[in-house]
Amino acid sequence: MEFLLAFVVGGLLCVAAQLVLDLSRITPAHVMVLFVSLGAVASGLGLYDPLIRVGGAGAIVPLPAFGHALVQGIIREFGKVGPTGLLTGGLTAVALGLTVAVVSGLLMAVLFNPRG
Amino acid sequence: MVPADRETQDLIRRRTPPRPILLNTVRAFLVGGAICTIGQFFLGFFRGRGLPLTEASAVTAATMIFLGAVLTGLGVYDRIGRRGGMGAFLPITGFANAIVAPAMEFKREGFVLGVGARMFTVAGPVIVYAVLVSVLVGAFLWLLGAIG
Repeated sequence: MEFLLAFVVGGLLCVAAQLVLDLSRITPAHVMVLFVSLGAVASGLGLYDPLIRVGGAGAIVPLPAFGHALVQGIIREFGKVGPTGLLTGGLTAVALGLTVAVVSGLLMAVLFNPRG
Repeated sequence: MVPADRETQDLIRRRTPPRPILLNTVRAFLVGGAICTIGQFFLGFFRGRGLPLTEASAVTAATMIFLGAVLTGLGVYDRIGRRGGMGAFLPITGFANAIVAPAMEFKREGFVLGVGARMFTVAGPVIVYAVLVSVLVGAFLWLLGAIG
């Protein structure tokens, strides 16, 4: 059941993004920026945690979750260290993903050449 | 590109085939859903190892990023992207793809201004605006007295 919910919730988020792409003149990069921002706003409104409770990875894997992770990190750090947390909590929360992205990006560039 | 006059623009619009919106939507649903289902396996695995939801989510995202990077390196992800549209680009694996694809392509321009700079062509704006909006959201919650 949780796999089906992940499929449906994740799939629907991608459908929403695809419709924005097809019905407007913006590029996929613009859609990614839009959805990561929407994720942050939804998180602040308390809407993204319920989506994760329903969809699991269907809500965790799509990019809005990146905005959500930043906001939740800020809220957590704010609770611990006060207003400084506003500026440290976000990137702290996504440090793992960003570091893996940069390191594996470099590694793949060293190992592989583009084809076609 | 030279901006086309109105007549030419009309001609371009009439000659451009309409976007297959319904087909694109179905493909985005299937590809995006499938990628998230793979993510659910990892989430279940890390939860089973006793990680709390927040940590398990972060490790799942990192695992999917690594997977997306490897599949891009192998040339597989570009094929998924051509079929899946936003179904391939909205998942975090698409974020990894956006980093690795230009990193490989611009290797010939060197490792500093080629790989190092170009890997953030798309990832850069995503990070910039995610940081901006999240700080604004945090500041707003603070002003409202919702956090602290």
